Amino acid sequence: MRQVIVIALNTFRENLRDKIFYNLLFFALLLIGFSVLLADLTITEHRKIVTDMGLAAINLVGVILAIFIGIGLVSKEIERRTVYTILARPISRAQFILGKYLGLMFTILVNIVIMLMVYLATLWVYRAPFHWALLQAIELIFVELLLVTALALFFSTFSTSTLSAIMTLGFYVIGHLTTDLKGIAQKSHSEAVQAVMTGLYYLCPNLEMLNMKGQAAMGTPVSLSYQAWASTYGLLYAALLISAACTVFQRRDF
Amino acid sequence: MDAILVDGLTKKFRSGWPGLPPITALAGLSLSVRRGEIYGFLGPNGAGKTVTLKILLGLMRPTSGTAELLGKPIGDVEVRRRIGFLPESPYFYDYLTAEEFLSFYGHLAGLDRALLGRRVTQLLDMVGLTEARTRQLREFSKGMLQRIGLAQALIHDPELVILDEPMSGLDPLGRKHVRDLILGLRDQGKTVFFSTHIIPDVEMICDRVGIIVKGKLLAAGRVDELVSNGHTQSVEIVCEGINADEVPSVTALATRVMQRGRHCLVALPGPDRLEDVLATIRARGGRLVSVTPQKSSLEELFFKQDDMPTSMQTKTKA
Repeated sequence: MRQVIVIALNTFRENLRDKIFYNLLFFALLLIGFSVLLADLTITEHRKIVTDMGLAAINLVGVILAIFIGIGLVSKEIERRTVYTILARPISRAQFILGKYLGLMFTILVNIVIMLMVYLATLWVYRAPFHWALLQAIELIFVELLLVTALALFFSTFSTSTLSAIMTLGFYVIGHLTTDLKGIAQKSHSEAVQAVMTGLYYLCPNLEMLNMKGQAAMGTPVSLSYQAWASTYGLLYAALLISAACTVFQRRDF
Repeated sequence: MDAILVDGLTKKFRSGWPGLPPITALAGLSLSVRRGEIYGFLGPNGAGKTVTLKILLGLMRPTSGTAELLGKPIGDVEVRRRIGFLPESPYFYDYLTAEEFLSFYGHLAGLDRALLGRRVTQLLDMVGLTEARTRQLREFSKGMLQRIGLAQALIHDPELVILDEPMSGLDPLGRKHVRDLILGLRDQGKTVFFSTHIIPDVEMICDRVGIIVKGKLLAAGRVDELVSNGHTQSVEIVCEGINADEVPSVTALATRVMQRGRHCLVALPGPDRLEDVLATIRARGGRLVSVTPQKSSLEELFFKQDDMPTSMQTKTKA
């Protein structure tokens, strides 16, 4: 476990010293600030816009962070050959993958906490109501980001950075359209379309299940049991992807 | 017990196109490295040196064959606590300072905090980077990177040190520094196994050498054995008071005769007729200045290998 923590802390330090982290954080703060400006220009529902855009900014920046740092987690180590000196140490490949993942998880968590604090401050300044539902939505955003990071990491164990980014982005988009996939499968008369759509429906993670932003902005919380179930689903899916990433990485020659 | 034992190691890579035969990087390589020696793994580019090192360190799987490091099979994670490795042209985490970098590798090797602090100071001093301890690696020159790379390989005081082309790309001073470090490691009783295509480095510091070409070990042994065994040693005679060019019995035996002022240089292909030539020189009133046996260098031996690619010969000669 010690080795996993050493790798995770180094990954966290790498992310902190990477300009992309600060750029994205700045972008997020800009978006949250922009929501205030936009609300001022709107005639009605000022507070809903501030609440809504803040959540969207946290989600968007988190996804960019998860995909673009996630795809480089392993592939960058291979391309720069830093992986040679690491794996020549008393550390298993699975420990390395786990450490890299935990490092980025921690980076995303810190990022979300900072964005959340600015978001709450904006709500307070604008006197927008604070609901418990907002925290619920943010917790589910975090679970979604863990899943997206696991997807990016999985693809990067056997593919180039560019392809990994495209595939992760593709899965992210499809993951938000799984209900539509099922609908298409049910309505289609073609057996091939039905098979493909059903296959995609079961293969892709159902990310819409983790999207509570709309409800949260309205101040409607979800039940705790739903939240627990959705979180477990997301975490299990991520664990499955990390296990697959470890298996693929285990077989690789460098 | 051998520090490294390789037995029939073969590595084949799938060809990029279906239907084409696989590319053989190693073809039944066998070698052994004794504890406490410096072993030079010599070969041209593409001979299979790096592949061998990667297999030994578990970065690559062999197609067939076995290997042991310090008595443990390759792939044993725990044995890596006793092994240090420096890859070729290393790229490191350039956002780390020299101190952070060494601490990171020390932590990975399982060193405790107190010992690690001492080792970091010790190693930075050893590789001459104490002044640069708080600088990020992105500001380091190639020579400094090579030295900090060596320090990371040694941070946990390993018994066996494996270095891939440790002197490649360094200036003469940098190469001397690395050579001195390697010799220092042997003095501490450590085993050093390093790959290189630079022959003089091997001749200068290695106890034993293995020559690999096209994935096969073509020769192995002590440097002096390799250069003398089965290879004729020429002899150079320097004398004065005689113009050997004008003595047919000398010119007939010599491969080269040169007159330089008062001195005359006579090169013989071997020592067999040395006494005859010396007797002739004395009989003609010549005075002997020196007799020097010319050992064939490792380089000559290297070029004699039939499989040696032309590109390598040109490169090494240059």
